[in-house]
Amino acid sequence: MKPISKVYTALIMIFLFAPIAILLMFSFNGTKSLSVFSGFSLHWYQELFRDEETLGAVKNTLILAVSASLISTVMGTAAAVGMDKLKRRYLRAAMDVVTNIPMINPDIITGISLMLMFVFVGRFFGAATSLNFGTMLIAHITFCLPYVILQVLPKIQQMDRSLPEAAMDLGCTPLRAFFKVEVPEIFPGIITGLIMAFTLSLDDFVISYFTTGNGFQTLPIRIYNMTKKTVTPKMYALATIIFFVILILLLLSNVFDANTAQTIKEAREKKKAKSKEV
Amino acid sequence: MKNNKPNRGLALMQRLALAPYSVWSVLFIVVPLLFIAYYAFTDSAFHFTTDNITRFFTATSEVADGDGVKLVRTYLVIFWRSLRLAVISTLICLVLGYPFAYLISRAKPKTQGILITLIMIPMWMNFLIRTYAWMTILQDTGILNGLLGLVHLGRVHIIGTESAVVIGMVYDYFPYMILPIYSVMTKMDVRLIEAAHDLGCSGAGVLRRVIWPLSLPGVISGITMVLIPSISTFYISQKLGNGKFYLIGDAIESQYVANNLHFAAAIAFILMVILLISMAFMQRAANKRASV
Repeated sequence: MKPISKVYTALIMIFLFAPIAILLMFSFNGTKSLSVFSGFSLHWYQELFRDEETLGAVKNTLILAVSASLISTVMGTAAAVGMDKLKRRYLRAAMDVVTNIPMINPDIITGISLMLMFVFVGRFFGAATSLNFGTMLIAHITFCLPYVILQVLPKIQQMDRSLPEAAMDLGCTPLRAFFKVEVPEIFPGIITGLIMAFTLSLDDFVISYFTTGNGFQTLPIRIYNMTKKTVTPKMYALATIIFFVILILLLLSNVFDANTAQTIKEAREKKKAKSKEV
Repeated sequence: MKNNKPNRGLALMQRLALAPYSVWSVLFIVVPLLFIAYYAFTDSAFHFTTDNITRFFTATSEVADGDGVKLVRTYLVIFWRSLRLAVISTLICLVLGYPFAYLISRAKPKTQGILITLIMIPMWMNFLIRTYAWMTILQDTGILNGLLGLVHLGRVHIIGTESAVVIGMVYDYFPYMILPIYSVMTKMDVRLIEAAHDLGCSGAGVLRRVIWPLSLPGVISGITMVLIPSISTFYISQKLGNGKFYLIGDAIESQYVANNLHFAAAIAFILMVILLISMAFMQRAANKRASV
């Protein structure tokens, strides 16, 4: 890189990381202030681990993110398999359009639209409050699905079609051929889809805000409620912990990616070597 | 050898695989959108009305204007402001992000990987906290003014101005501009650029005639990915604009909080229609450029 490019890169990185650096630093502040640093202390971390409401929100967020990402990965993978084989062009086009809607629409519109429907259906059945964990789970599955499909579908299209066909010609049932041959081939796509769905669900605020109810609080909603009042460095302590957890997950998934790529490559090479021997 | 016999079990399985998602997407993607239209065009007793839509275009409020008060169309002003701030933020992201995406795409593969990961890391941080951190930086007694005071540069008043809202938008959505442009640029055929140079094209000429047109699909998707969340945001303006700069997202949210679901739906409906129309135009423009 040229010197001027290096300076430019450095400036952008300062812009991107300044708020994060400040946040990490002030989580260790000795006083309540978020702009004057007065000595290192772990006080706010202790406070955080005493905050039942926040810990409850962490638990809720994990339950929601795990269920939403697992369900959307299974449903989305199945959908990608089916969409790939759709023969009628207009049906395929319609599926593509519908799948794109939650990704293109602003979150606020997705949130409002689901909320209106839940409230309407709830009123229809005479329920006073219709928003709860269930409605939020539905909302999360809905906005995760397109991202899973988007990850899995290209992998199916890149796959060697003769593989599952060969398996079936050799007497495999379609279901067995799918699980034994197709799934291993598209597995990296499934995992990327799962990780994406998980992180999207973990981080979502806007759609959750409109579809939650009955006191079901996720972490982003808890953070929103915290920032309505005066914020203490406790929130930064929380942010710091989230930051490092995500950093570790990111590194792990990179390692995993590299590993799967490596295993697949090795397996391919072995296969090639074998076919040459024969 | 290909199996020519129609495999009934296979066909059935494939159809079954798609069934849950088909039902799901109709129930939870298509039908909810219809509900927006339904609520937008009904009153609280669910009788048909266009009042909600008319209210958006005609509601007025008084605004202090120099020495008196001025009557303005409340929601049109809000909409115009959202559009203006979102366009400014998108342009800043494009101007800052385009050269950076180009830089990354020309770096060594390992450096590319590191830089892209670095750009993505802030995205993983909850956006409410990121925005709040900016608030503590930009406050009158905040970190920026503290630093400026240390070097005797005086103070700046940013918080509660439109600039603060724009900074927040640029910060929150900047990666969405870089990633699509970068991914198009890495797929670009370097030989085309070399050929243009060899044939005597100047640096600026190569940029304008080769690199820019080839990267246009990435630019278009970057613009959409920044413009849409910034036009519909409702948190950034509350925190960094001190609630003084109501945006269209704030209007929807406050109607929701006040339980005026029908009017909230009407604003959402209008926003959605405008976005759909503008996206169709942008897509057409992109296709035209591509075919020339």
